[in-house]
Amino acid sequence: MKICVLVKEVPDAAVEKRINPSTGRMDRSGEKNLNPYDTHAIEAAMQLREGGAVAVEEIVAVTMGPESAVRALHKAVSLGADRSVHLCDELLAGSDVAATGYALAKAIESESPDLVLLGQQSDDGECYTIGAVVADHLRMPSLTQVIKLDVIDSEPSAPGLPGLRCERQAEYGYDTVQVQLPAVISVGDAINEPRYPSLKNIMGAKKKPLDTRTASEVGIDSGFVGPDGSRVHCGEFHAPPAKPSGQIIEDEDTAETVARIVAWLDERKLI
Amino acid sequence: MADVLVYVLHYEGAFNKNSLGAVSEGAARAADVGGACDAVVVGGEDLTDELCGTLGAYGARKVFRANGPEGLAQPVVDVMAKVIADHGHSYAIFGGGLLGFEIGAGLAARCRAGVTMEVTSVRADGDELVAERPILGDSQISVSRYRGGLGIIIGRINAFELRESGSAAAAVEDVEVAFSPWSTRATMVTRGEQRGADVDIEGADILVAGGRGLGNADGFQLMEQLAGAFGANTAVAATRAVVDAGWYPYAAQIGQTGKTVAPKLYLAAGISGAIQHKVGMQSSENIVAINKDANAPIFEFSDLGIVGDLNKIVPKLTDAIRARKGS
Ligand SMILES: Cc1cc2nc3c(=O)[nH]c(=O)nc-3n(C[C@H](O)[C@H](O)[C@H](O)COP(=O)(O)OP(=O)(O)OC[C@H]3O[C@@H](n4cnc5c(N)ncnc54)[C@H](O)[C@@H]3O)c2cc1C
Ligand SMILES: Nc1ncnc2c1ncn2[C@@H]1O[C@H](COP(=O)(O)O)[C@@H](O)[C@H]1O
Repeated sequence: MKICVLVKEVPDAAVEKRINPSTGRMDRSGEKNLNPYDTHAIEAAMQLREGGAVAVEEIVAVTMGPESAVRALHKAVSLGADRSVHLCDELLAGSDVAATGYALAKAIESESPDLVLLGQQSDDGECYTIGAVVADHLRMPSLTQVIKLDVIDSEPSAPGLPGLRCERQAEYGYDTVQVQLPAVISVGDAINEPRYPSLKNIMGAKKKPLDTRTASEVGIDSGFVGPDGSRVHCGEFHAPPAKPSGQIIEDEDTAETVARIVAWLDERKLI
Repeated sequence: MADVLVYVLHYEGAFNKNSLGAVSEGAARAADVGGACDAVVVGGEDLTDELCGTLGAYGARKVFRANGPEGLAQPVVDVMAKVIADHGHSYAIFGGGLLGFEIGAGLAARCRAGVTMEVTSVRADGDELVAERPILGDSQISVSRYRGGLGIIIGRINAFELRESGSAAAAVEDVEVAFSPWSTRATMVTRGEQRGADVDIEGADILVAGGRGLGNADGFQLMEQLAGAFGANTAVAATRAVVDAGWYPYAAQIGQTGKTVAPKLYLAAGISGAIQHKVGMQSSENIVAINKDANAPIFEFSDLGIVGDLNKIVPKLTDAIRARKGS
């Protein structure tokens, strides 16, 4: 089985994210990192490989992003991916969610994976939706927010490929859904505890194969990507109505802190 | 003129409240742009003419009903894509929730549509609809404008108010859809499993909520003791992170895929304040948060924030409240 894992480079959690008023896009100048949610997807791929229920021949990390995004790929490889694919093209900058999902689907298509894994959300875009967009383009079944993934026997209609039994929390409680491969699964952050990369793997990451692809190389129709190919335009950024900020207590002397909390609650007749 | 199509989720013969809010919103906004709002339902026998007709009360003109599996997104994408191809709706609106995100995104791919998620407000501008979405941890609002074709709006949970506007029953039309091969490759095994005890957090005046900062399942004892100190009408609540980890029952979860609560006091310990949690508790009258990270998002919407270690503060607070109550 071959697994593609989608990974994204995002501003580091410590960087205050903001919109660059002149471009109307995310300001990407600060420190960057691999989207933390994607480490769970890589870990899920590794656990499938190590679980032994199915032979995983290859784990390929795939990203779409500017040149700097290779660092996210290196990190993904240090966490276990065997090689990576970088879809990098000026034409793709400014793509909306639907266009990004389409472009990623084209890049994945040329890899023909049996399973596509991705994170539940990107730390910057927070759209929760790339997986479902990619799946429809790839004509694969898809689920998001999966927190448990078990390999099950193949369906008679698709001999050879195993199925997956997936659990997730939905509107009315926990759902268990059976999915036939090939499929696109986005994993929730409760699915596993990602491992730390070993020093050896960090050092070796840059030596693993990395293919850089342009939009035309993977067959992307330029009319469907970039600002002109996007069907929604986001802008007119403004601050939400200001809300009076609350009171903050820094806990130094806990007895005093607690006395202040109790007084605050007392004042509001909450005790 | 622009018509709006809304997906309405149901479970065990009842419609989802957020979906009904989306119908209300769809009907009001469609009226603003001189159109009408229709609904789509997908399921089995429990989708009776009578039940479907009740969507008229929220402003639906017509209900398109398809027979298909419940609780899965892709079959609904097939149905909506067909209804839109046949009837030419300009916008599709979803209430929040997991399926709304999945269906809206799948439909965006299928119809090459623009999509905006986490929408908190929709308004008409001329004969078009414009959607507003908070971004970057709710620090900014972004405005989405659609460029022709279908525009998809996925609401944030509880964003669309439920309004009974119409009165007549909506007309029901059955649609026959050949599902895409990939839509039939996911099947529901069990749906709506309730994990853990059945606790009531919606009736409580005071909620003490615990998150991943409690460290492990045993950490909830601290919260139970604190709840005990507050006394009657107090319950313990939780975040999804700890429910998924099996530390606390699902019935105690607040947020997007949990309960929406508005107690007199909501006191959080070890909770970061993710948007999906916030949407379930932001209407609480008084919000108090204990978190060791001064930059935790929860402090942005707390009335009283305490920056410190919950392991030091919560036990002492429990004692102090007990003492105060005893006096
Ligand atoms: C589609 C979707 C639906 C979701 N639905 C829900 C939902 O219904 N409800 C929900 O809650 N979440 C939901 N989530 C998950 C949500 O995004 C967050 O991941 C979750 O709320 C985080 O839970 P948490 O605050 O317990 O954990 P974390 O985000 O890990 O926060 C733990 C906090 O504890 C603090 N802490 C650690 N140790 C201490 C200490 N000793 N003293 C004090 N503070 C400490 C840390 O500083 C941190 O801020 C959903 C997500 C998605 C994508
Ligand atoms: N540009 C990208 N390149 C690769 N993967 C991406 C990209 N954007 C989003 N993803 C994947 O999609 C997931 C969900 O992202 P989002 O829908 O933006 O919240 C992320 O966790 C990534 O796995």
